[in-house]
Amino acid sequence: MAVEAQVNGKPVTFQGDDDTPLLWALREQLGLTGTKFGCGIAACGACSVHIDGEVARSCSVPIGTVAGKAITTIEALGTPTAPHPLQVAWIAHQVPQCGYCQSGQLMAAAALLAHNPHPSDADIDAAMTNICRCATYLRIREAIHAAAGGAAEVAA
Amino acid sequence: MKLRRRHFLIGGTAVVGAGVFSVWWGDHAALQRAKAMTGGPGQAAFGGWMTIANDDTVTVYSPHIDFGQGSHTALAQMLADELDADWAHVRVEQAPADYAFGNTALAKLFVPGMAGMPALAHLPDAVFSLIARNAPLQVTGGSSAIRATGQFSMRVVGAAARQALVDEAAARLNVPAGELTTAKGRVTHAKSGRSLRYGELAEAAAQRSLPDDPPLKTRDRFTLIGKPIDRLDIPAKVNGSATYGIDFALPQMRVATVIAAPVRGGKLQSVDHAPAMAVHGVERVIALDSAVVVVANGYWPALKGARALTPKFSDGGHGGLTSAGIFAAQAALIDAGKPDHHYGSGDVGAALAAPGARTHHAEYRVPFLHQAAMEPFAMTGHHHDGRLDVWGATQDPIQTRNLLAQFSGLPVDRVTFHPMIMGGGFGRRFPPYTQIIEQIARVAMAVDYPVKLIWSREEDVKQGAYRPQSMGRLQGALGHDGRISGWQSDYAQLADAESETVFPYVVPATARRHYKYISNQVDAFWRSVNSTQHGFYNESFIDELAHLAGADPYQFRRAHLPAGGRHLAVLDAVAQRSGWGSALPAGSGRGIALVESFGTICAHVIEAGVDPDGTVRLHKVWAVVDCGLTVNPRNAAAQVQGAVLMGLSTALGEAITLTGGAVDQSSFPDYPVIKLAEAPAIDVHFIESGAAIGGIGEPGLPPAAPALANALFAATGKRIRTLPIGRTLV
Repeated sequence: MAVEAQVNGKPVTFQGDDDTPLLWALREQLGLTGTKFGCGIAACGACSVHIDGEVARSCSVPIGTVAGKAITTIEALGTPTAPHPLQVAWIAHQVPQCGYCQSGQLMAAAALLAHNPHPSDADIDAAMTNICRCATYLRIREAIHAAAGGAAEVAA
Repeated sequence: MKLRRRHFLIGGTAVVGAGVFSVWWGDHAALQRAKAMTGGPGQAAFGGWMTIANDDTVTVYSPHIDFGQGSHTALAQMLADELDADWAHVRVEQAPADYAFGNTALAKLFVPGMAGMPALAHLPDAVFSLIARNAPLQVTGGSSAIRATGQFSMRVVGAAARQALVDEAAARLNVPAGELTTAKGRVTHAKSGRSLRYGELAEAAAQRSLPDDPPLKTRDRFTLIGKPIDRLDIPAKVNGSATYGIDFALPQMRVATVIAAPVRGGKLQSVDHAPAMAVHGVERVIALDSAVVVVANGYWPALKGARALTPKFSDGGHGGLTSAGIFAAQAALIDAGKPDHHYGSGDVGAALAAPGARTHHAEYRVPFLHQAAMEPFAMTGHHHDGRLDVWGATQDPIQTRNLLAQFSGLPVDRVTFHPMIMGGGFGRRFPPYTQIIEQIARVAMAVDYPVKLIWSREEDVKQGAYRPQSMGRLQGALGHDGRISGWQSDYAQLADAESETVFPYVVPATARRHYKYISNQVDAFWRSVNSTQHGFYNESFIDELAHLAGADPYQFRRAHLPAGGRHLAVLDAVAQRSGWGSALPAGSGRGIALVESFGTICAHVIEAGVDPDGTVRLHKVWAVVDCGLTVNPRNAAAQVQGAVLMGLSTALGEAITLTGGAVDQSSFPDYPVIKLAEAPAIDVHFIESGAAIGGIGEPGLPPAAPALANALFAATGKRIRTLPIGRTLV
């Protein structure tokens, strides 16, 4: 089967069985390895991408369902000259430790800000369900607030 | 030589106490090889750990893997500070997995403890180099990067190279070296107003013999150490460009996955390949001794193929093992009263039996814990032209290479291991129990194309190398004065934890007795190792004794710590910062705990409570840490925050359990890791005591579970002696 879609603004054709997870098509067919494999069952969020602007856990999205859709991965969240405000904040707040989950964290946070430019702590709690074993959560919260343009709310 | 991590602390104490610094370039063969591998045209190599290029770029070669601890940046800070380098020109490379880069500083930290002979610290450095090359020692673990490698190697290399640069400048300018100063990558002669760049001096300076024991800066002269410098690895970790082991790819590469015997110790008895071969994209099924591997044109078909198989495995005789059975066996061992190791001082029996003594006993139980690093195991192997190349990430590249040679049957010099960035480790990736090393060696040798082997998360959880399940029975007595008169800890687990467990309290009679219990599981180095369970036992039990004595848990600990000591300073600071003793809302409580591990003293106060429906709430954490000196305070704070949250995560909900000898859990839904919404605010404070540098990656973890359990006792009156607590308390 071949599935035509758009990835980071470019038309692509995915090969393989329809049930092939988008994660593996991105990584193995397009070489977009910024999107990570964490669990394969949509439990950790390391594989988060945007599909038509909505955050999705690509390990559990079969390519058979993405025909004609616009997919954005971490590689296109910003550019070297115009990084996404979250990427700037992630560096300023020195968020990553091992860094493996951070692509997914950033994609989840970017989707949050796209829908809710000034999230409260509760909004962040609800939206940011990706697992980080290094537990960079406190800096993730600070960086989202910073990217949203406001001073970080004091966490409860 | 088998490296036992419980020896690390003894080694560290002995060496640091002896004040031995590095003269690590005593081994000329290794030095010349390292220089040849790092130097080249326009790249002057100083020792094996650093090069200075014509364009002033300083490249530091780290023998440690940076899996998020920030040690690459911190090690470079230490070297660059002594070198007086311009930080803008400093970068870090992973040292090659080659014996020439064996970590002599680690040998100095660990070997005396391994041999139980502190006197070994006085051996010539060439001996340590020899040990580091052959042990092998390129370990990342034991919270050792800064306190060993940074102190014994990086700072010494920087200082020695600086001296060589100064001597070279003195010769060129024809002035006394004493009239020269260094700063920001230049040597300056103030009198004549002349100055030279390191880049233009490096090639000639590198030909000079480096001093063995250059003077190091005193703390007041640090320019980079102690500064919250941005980590060098972070920019690549926010745009997807950082390439982890799992990301590596070669042309014509296939992808494989594995299913190993569900009961550790079991062997593969038979497997019908046909169901996997029927899956579109599957190319090979490879039977290993205790696992079956499916090779395909991608991970998804490999996984589908593996799941289609119904391999038969033996259970290695462990098919009856359960977690409850392990606790029962551990209890029976302690009941039998014949410890394998016995330490302590004074007569505990007499203290417990003394007339009028108030005695107390408690039994604590902790489960197996999984590291649950976010990157599952993944390695790529390519057997070609009689050589084996493997790409991946472990916590000891040299040992990985040696094991690859062993399992492939190739001589070591025909095996290259390419260490890559790792998505977390937490002790899971020590080569002896990193099963994928053997698997990739055998699979790569069996096929004639490059192959990447990726473990599923289910395999990662089920085939783990866990923090041991352990039981501790503690007994204590209070004398007439309300002070502890005797303290006995009987614990059952595989390893003797004596060298890791620091008991800071002044008690006239103590006994620590280890009962060796052997399960079918590997005894792994889970982050902070034995300090997790022993921190929980000791800091829970002293809390129980405080309540028995009718004393405030903070004041009670205080009364048993040496006056004027570092432990007391840490404890007082955390009490003060947390407002210990002030009023709290109903249903909330504060708990305190103090644990020393890896040369660092750490205390937490945790404020937590329970909702009317039983839901456990984490309100706030205060952490105070004395690691002697923080090389990069912001990074060190991140380490402590992460360690606190990992400790809380385990206390709330993590457990690996066994049924029929096999692990019950399979992924994050049944091995729940703490998420952002649950993470409380954490106030981290460092005491810069000036003591010898301690570790920072692990010591923040052990006090978390007991501080939480003590807080929940304060809130509810319910004493928690079994972990995990669960997310609801009824």
